[in-house]
Amino acid sequence: MSFDSKTFDATLYLENGKYFKGRGFGSHKVGVGEVVFNTSITGYQEIITDPSYAKQIITFTHPHIGNVGTNDEDCESKGIYASGIVVKDLSKIPSSWRNKKPLEQFCKDNDCVGIANIDTRELANTIRDSGSLRGCIIPASLEAYNDSDTILKNFSGLAGLDLAKEVSTKSTYAWNEPIWNCNQTLPHDLHVVVMDYGVKRNILKLLRTYVGLVTVVNAETPFLEVMKLNPDGVFLSNGPGDPEPCEYAIKLIRQLLDKNVPIFGICLGHQLLALASDCKTYKMKFGHHGGNHPVKDIYKDTVMITSQNHGFAVDNSSMPENVDITHISLFDNTIQGIALKHHPAFSFQGHPEASPGPHDLLKLFTQFRSLIQDAKKN
Amino acid sequence: MPKRTDLKSILVIGAGPIIIGQACEFDYSGVQACKALKKEGFRVILVNSNPATIMTDPSIADATYIEPINWEVIATIIEKERPDALLPTMGGQTALNTALTLSTKGVLAKFGVELIGAKKDAIDKAEDRELFDKTMKSIGLETPRSGIAHNMEDALEVLEKIGFPCIIRPSFTLGGSGGGIAYNIKEFKTICEKGLDLSPTNELLIDESLIGWKEFELEVVRDSADNCIIVCSIENLDPMGVHTGDSITVAPAQTLTDKEYQVLRNQSFKILREIGVDTGGSNVQFAVNPEDGRVVVIEMNPRVSRSSALASKATGFPIAKIAALLSVGFTLDELQNEITGGATPASFEPTIDYIVTKIPKFAFEKFPKAEPKLSTQMKSVGEVMSFGRTFQESFQKGLMSLEEGLYGLESICDFSSNDYTELLKHELSIPGPKRIFYVADALRNGQSIESINELTGIDSWFLAQINDLLQEEVILQGKDITRLSKDELMRLKQKGFSDRRIADLLGTSEAKVRTKRLSLGLKPSFKRVDTCAAEFETETAYMYSTYDGVCESRPSKNKKVIVLGSGPNRIGQGIEFDYCCVHASQALQELEIESIMINCNPETVSTDYDTSNRLYFEPIIDEKVLDIVDIENPLGVIIQFGGQTPLKLAETLIKHDIRILGTSFDAIDRSEDRERFQELVKKLNLKQPNNITITSADKAIDAANTVGYPLVVRPSYVLGGRAMELVNNPQELTKYLREAEKVSQQKPILLDSYLQDAVEVDVDVISDGKTFKIGGILQHIEQAGIHSGDSACSLPPYSLPKDIQKAISEQSIAIADELNIIGLMNIQYAIKERDIYIIEVNPRASRTVPFISKAIGSSLVKAATKAMLGISLEEQSFDPSLPDRYFVKEAVLPFDKFSNVDPILGPEMKSTGEVMGIGKSFGEAYAKAQLGAMKNLYFSGTAFVSVKDSDKKYLNKLIPLLIENNFSVIATKGTAAAIKELGYEVVVINKVMEGRPHIVDKLLNKEVQLVINTTEGRQSIEDSASIRRTALESKIFCTTTVFGGLAIMEALKNNKEAWSLEPIQQITNIN
Repeated sequence: MSFDSKTFDATLYLENGKYFKGRGFGSHKVGVGEVVFNTSITGYQEIITDPSYAKQIITFTHPHIGNVGTNDEDCESKGIYASGIVVKDLSKIPSSWRNKKPLEQFCKDNDCVGIANIDTRELANTIRDSGSLRGCIIPASLEAYNDSDTILKNFSGLAGLDLAKEVSTKSTYAWNEPIWNCNQTLPHDLHVVVMDYGVKRNILKLLRTYVGLVTVVNAETPFLEVMKLNPDGVFLSNGPGDPEPCEYAIKLIRQLLDKNVPIFGICLGHQLLALASDCKTYKMKFGHHGGNHPVKDIYKDTVMITSQNHGFAVDNSSMPENVDITHISLFDNTIQGIALKHHPAFSFQGHPEASPGPHDLLKLFTQFRSLIQDAKKN
Repeated sequence: MPKRTDLKSILVIGAGPIIIGQACEFDYSGVQACKALKKEGFRVILVNSNPATIMTDPSIADATYIEPINWEVIATIIEKERPDALLPTMGGQTALNTALTLSTKGVLAKFGVELIGAKKDAIDKAEDRELFDKTMKSIGLETPRSGIAHNMEDALEVLEKIGFPCIIRPSFTLGGSGGGIAYNIKEFKTICEKGLDLSPTNELLIDESLIGWKEFELEVVRDSADNCIIVCSIENLDPMGVHTGDSITVAPAQTLTDKEYQVLRNQSFKILREIGVDTGGSNVQFAVNPEDGRVVVIEMNPRVSRSSALASKATGFPIAKIAALLSVGFTLDELQNEITGGATPASFEPTIDYIVTKIPKFAFEKFPKAEPKLSTQMKSVGEVMSFGRTFQESFQKGLMSLEEGLYGLESICDFSSNDYTELLKHELSIPGPKRIFYVADALRNGQSIESINELTGIDSWFLAQINDLLQEEVILQGKDITRLSKDELMRLKQKGFSDRRIADLLGTSEAKVRTKRLSLGLKPSFKRVDTCAAEFETETAYMYSTYDGVCESRPSKNKKVIVLGSGPNRIGQGIEFDYCCVHASQALQELEIESIMINCNPETVSTDYDTSNRLYFEPIIDEKVLDIVDIENPLGVIIQFGGQTPLKLAETLIKHDIRILGTSFDAIDRSEDRERFQELVKKLNLKQPNNITITSADKAIDAANTVGYPLVVRPSYVLGGRAMELVNNPQELTKYLREAEKVSQQKPILLDSYLQDAVEVDVDVISDGKTFKIGGILQHIEQAGIHSGDSACSLPPYSLPKDIQKAISEQSIAIADELNIIGLMNIQYAIKERDIYIIEVNPRASRTVPFISKAIGSSLVKAATKAMLGISLEEQSFDPSLPDRYFVKEAVLPFDKFSNVDPILGPEMKSTGEVMGIGKSFGEAYAKAQLGAMKNLYFSGTAFVSVKDSDKKYLNKLIPLLIENNFSVIATKGTAAAIKELGYEVVVINKVMEGRPHIVDKLLNKEVQLVINTTEGRQSIEDSASIRRTALESKIFCTTTVFGGLAIMEALKNNKEAWSLEPIQQITNIN
């Protein structure tokens, strides 16, 4: 659409030398990160506020972004974690009864730069063929002080990067809010401690709605501190970056497993549980980012459509004896879910908490509650 | 779960004739289903009365019955074929209802036929409004406040609970037939009365009005393992109150937050599970309150639908094919998503990186008495779909696909009139077929988005997009083309502006804009429809044009040919032409020539990505076709098969040195240009009715006198007899000229002498330039003067002397030879006494080509296509011959959809579809055709006869036949006197104007079973309209021609029990 004075000329540079010129919006600054694409049609606000996107530039393949504006309830964290947003068309006016603020303003308020009028399909094609690329968005007026080559050279990419501790909460807090439009009585009988590696709010809301009381702690909280909180179960959250360098987390999980504390992990949490169980992880070519991914429940022989957002995966070529593969992706047969044979622990690679995306796997939260209850009985 | 092995043969019921609310989308889904099942090794038995479908091609099923879709007929077929299962979900409401009847009547149980795809319970729960409401409540979902009524008393009781405005819908009717919105008690009673009658169960649902609420549709697929996916979400730009078939719709939904969308998704699955759709596709419709997001379930269809065809085309996910495979036991994860070459399974949700817009096409101009307003009763006759990278581009491409001479958001409001603000307000608040143009005009007039949103309920997001387009237009208006920068033009092209619209705004020609655009290096890039937003690579060449980045077309270096499609369905140009285009594409592939299809109609088989080697889903207009030719560089373009649509491009193609395959452009011009055509007729020493072309209204009366009355009047270059009328005297001619579009040099009017009581004949000729073959001679039942598309006809002729037939063949070949036809040609003749007159020549495939091809068991189009590519008919061994059967075509008319319209046949075509009846005698074939056309033929009772003076000479033939067939006769005074004179018994009945009780009373009391009513002259027609209208609404068989009446007498000699029911595969092998 036509742009007013709030937008500015900008360019997206990629490490392979390609560049795309467009109109910048939001915060007038340089954004640098790994460029990925997300194929979801709805839920841009949830996506850009997902801490798992730290140090990433998100390309939306759906052409119209900003249609429904933004609101307070759809934030998955306190702000925008993505380092940039790439869209084809930024809606000029938002239209929704839930809208509070246009996306453009929301980006500005949360210090994020975006770029519009980009052929996002071409960009997605590029990433699909060459794998995720480092990239940066530079507003035209800042070109003089910022050389894209240097910026990209200085950005090391995500492999080997522990971002979880960067985005984690600094202090412990209790979470009391249930899910959107909740008409359920909230359980008070169980207590879950959430290891925050970049947790999405909808996970907390679902835990609070379907499992029990929720306490969120810093990623590096040591085992004894965690146990002092008397958890009935521990939840390993999603988060950005490479799981391998998160040694503190892997150590903690091993200690929890030793004590047979029930564990449920999502995304990064899933990868960490796998690493703690002697699996290996690797960086994927361009990862999974979207809301339409089919995942097969191997035991029930059913298919669920899931929300996905990960650039690393658990390696299925070297599965240890104690780990059961419970779910696989039907797109590329990568591991989507595991359960430990000798411990009350399971995890899921995709995003059962949805937000955005399909709710087909919400049942994993009630499954976590059952797991805890069973563990208590024993 | 893999394929079921206990099933060996499956019966598929098609949708029958094309009617409003049920069009070619069911040919598309039916073909997919049959092909998929056949490929899996099932014996497929198909019943469909529509010969113009690809579905009824002999290769699609194992046994194809072109027979009436009537439960008794199908019961006989079941008894004969003993299928293991019946798949009722592929043939629209017709198939679903017929399957239900077969089940209720115990036929399925008796022969052990299992319903697959949807069980009886599920169909009942979804289709019975009361049951549906109850079911929704039981799973905690809201439906509109409503009540059920089985009579007027109930209805008034419900009304008290709900209040005005309220929506009334009869159960078990298609396209919401007979429904409407009532704002007052009078309207309420009228709609209820009609609805109670139309509903086969005499049931009405009366709903609270959700007018102005946002409307969404979700296309759901579920398998036997309870895996559910949403294929696509669709948002109606026109909110609740306008039937979804009449709404502009957009995919995917644009104005929902993820949380709201997931609510709809979850509810859809819940509904499918509760209704019990175990396998297959369904569509669920929701209304959402724009103020607070309150969600109300409107309805669900437990079958594939118009929307599922749209969703399939919009995403590249073939719902019908998948649904058919699920119905025989497969699960989604066992099936492949073919568009990605099997890289991904079918168990995923397509995601798209473009916007799809569907725009309906209306035909109100055909029914001047019908109010051009939209409501919950569907009225559109066709639709276009368009792709763009943005809504603006997709929307504007949709507008130019409509073929209504509009190439963008042209202004239609007369701003110079005094009351234009009133007009705008009226047009915005009461939706008509052109509302979106009035919306644009209101924006031009400075009306705010908020106020338009309030009046129309159209979401502000869409209004803002449209407003932005208008701002671009303002900037462009009157600008000098040389000052148009590359960036500016690129921006306009990205927003979907056509070269033509840009030219109009600049005040220059389209050619100049094109030249300028190309000189700036601005060419479209073609992107692929891949179901996955580029996440996986695709080799499937399903493409659309846009102005964005890299072109993904990757054309091959193969020998290739472009086939131009026929665009949106309309009255006069429908599925027959899509059939032809599909056959052309198949023929090319048989010759190992790459076939490239261009079309924009989402309902069709031609726009299945499977049909041609490459598919460009694009408007069929100069700009887009030239762009595609430019990138593909084909051997040539075929324009003979898409009706009038591709012919309109002939001149442009020639100008750009693009080869037209087959008959030359000059031959096209010679047959379409009146003067040149006259020369040709003269040269060949043939006859033409007296005629004259006038270019100004003043000369009309004099000109008419030289030709002589009665006259057939029409504008030149029209299809389907647009604005064609029969006039008997100067007064009627004057009236016609007053009401017609202004006559001018550019828009001449043709006056033809009308050949009274002549027999009309359609002939299709095929030629390779050397050899000429007659495809078939069709004799019309209704006399000349009734549009050929609305007339029933018989192949072979049922009463035409052999020597006349021979003479017709010779003349046809002489014309084809003279024009050097390569491909197909259609000629219409009128035979008066023994004289043969040429009415018109069409140097292209005609409406009757599929009909004849079905009858002769060999494709005229394929032979013609091959001939165009240099393979002679001899080399093809093409020598068609007709089996020893009669094939009767009957037209199907949409009068029941337009209240107040006189259901009389005339020179302007009004039918939407056709059926074929096959029989060993003409009578049997004609009777089957009537039943196929869903006309109630009674075999005895009372016949009402009222004929015009010129028809009275036929009474001595007609009346004894009526008496022989056990009919007693009643007649109006004049006719009765004529009958008495002949010595037959007759009871006189009043005309409506003559006091009561009159004929309409008799009809309403169902005391009459057959109406034969012919009339002429504007006044008499108007006076007797209520007879025909009442007969229609009372479902009493009514014919408006005496020849029709005589044909019925033939049909009545035939007993249904004695009908022969044979698959066409068997019939066409009889020779």
